[in-house]
Amino acid sequence: MAGLFSPEAWNKIWIYRDTFFLGLKNTAVTALFALALALVIGIFFGLLATSGKKPLAALARVYVEVIQNTPVLLQMCFLYYALAFSNRSIGIINTGILTLGIYHGAYMAEVVRTGIESISRGQFEAAHSQGFGYIGTMYHIILPQSIKIILPPMVNQVVNLIKNTSCLYIVGGADLISVTYSFVTGENTGGAYAPAYLISGLLFFIVCCPLSSLASLWENSLKKRDVRSGKAQKSLERMA
Amino acid sequence: MEEVLGSLRMITNPAVFAYIMKGVAFTVLISVVAVLLGIFFGSILAMVRNYCTSPKTRAFQWLSIAYIEIFRNTPLLLWIFICLVFCPCPSILNRKLWGLSSAEVKLLFKTAVALILFTSSVIAEIVRGGLNSVAHGQFEAGHAQGFSTVQIMLYIILPQAFQNIVPTLLSQVITTIKDSSYLANVATIELMSRVKKLLSSAHRYNGLNTVNVSDVFVLFGFACLIYFVINFSLSCLVRWLRKRKKKANLVKVTG
Repeated sequence: MAGLFSPEAWNKIWIYRDTFFLGLKNTAVTALFALALALVIGIFFGLLATSGKKPLAALARVYVEVIQNTPVLLQMCFLYYALAFSNRSIGIINTGILTLGIYHGAYMAEVVRTGIESISRGQFEAAHSQGFGYIGTMYHIILPQSIKIILPPMVNQVVNLIKNTSCLYIVGGADLISVTYSFVTGENTGGAYAPAYLISGLLFFIVCCPLSSLASLWENSLKKRDVRSGKAQKSLERMA
Repeated sequence: MEEVLGSLRMITNPAVFAYIMKGVAFTVLISVVAVLLGIFFGSILAMVRNYCTSPKTRAFQWLSIAYIEIFRNTPLLLWIFICLVFCPCPSILNRKLWGLSSAEVKLLFKTAVALILFTSSVIAEIVRGGLNSVAHGQFEAGHAQGFSTVQIMLYIILPQAFQNIVPTLLSQVITTIKDSSYLANVATIELMSRVKKLLSSAHRYNGLNTVNVSDVFVLFGFACLIYFVINFSLSCLVRWLRKRKKKANLVKVTG
């Protein structure tokens, strides 16, 4: 197993431990900024899709379909090489932030759209008749009700976003996976395959597992509550 | 203008076009195989995770949970790299196949294994959702009719579970087609990697001896279009199936 139990290989990892932390830092920075961008894009297009105006909703639809149906790796290469060959390179990490933000923005938009659409039409009309404006309706009436539907899938998207930082590798990135790969194939550091992959996988797992467990626990408890309130509803109907 | 014409000349070159189309064939082939095998392994994982709850079989349940959680929380690229080093490759594959060199065949096998392992974990969670949607009374009814546990699984539970998850499995095909582009990181076999390779040798085909920004747009744009056509038609199919199911459920409730 290429050095899983060899002390020298582990020693090598220990000596170069800063490399892994640097990779983790780059991954975290990319993921954080990309997440911020994805949230902005997602809320914007999610609101467009539910605005009830045909052209705006169509625009959001086109954006979501085009981005969701092409691989993120291709988008990354497209953006990177298009910028590089027109001499406007913005750096690998920035390209990664932009691509991942745009890609996951499309998914966030879908999450936001489903969340808002799950609120019954009557709520909007009631808010309108009470004199709420668009922002007031969204903030005071719709958001508090839809947030619990929106958040679990959104957390899942965050996990996917963190995992997708690995696609920086194709343009020669500095994220955790790329750093690990150049570590195991490097001239001075090479060979310690098993320990290096183990450490890198472990770092990803430590970050992602709590998030994805949180998301699925949350989702299950919501589902259970729905079942319970559905049962309560039915027994109420029976009594009436 | 000259540059754009050069790029278009490149893509209409029959040899280049055939090269790209072969990549499309490999992309579809890899994804379909990965999903089919993923359904097989995923179903086993899901059943073990859901039903091996007696003290004797608890260990298998933990193994299955560990497998699913580990693969779900680490990137695919890591598994591709791991399989490149550790996955044994049968010697029968040490030859030329489908126009690939023997080294590429080996890479294809190893990376496909990584994709299958990864997809299995995702599909396991999908199948588990389907299993959970089958009412528990079905088990008891099956037992009462004298079915053994294996028979109940095969004839009663799995058919109903799969009926419920067909749309989700189809959208997993879309995801796998997109994920298969990760193979471009290590091998030149499928669409994404072929387009990337064409870009680096574009100066030979566009008749201008330089790689221009228009080449990027034409090549990657063309690849985007291919991916989009395949995935969009699949996602339309998924939507149609979901709508039909919703209607069927409504009829069941009201009728």
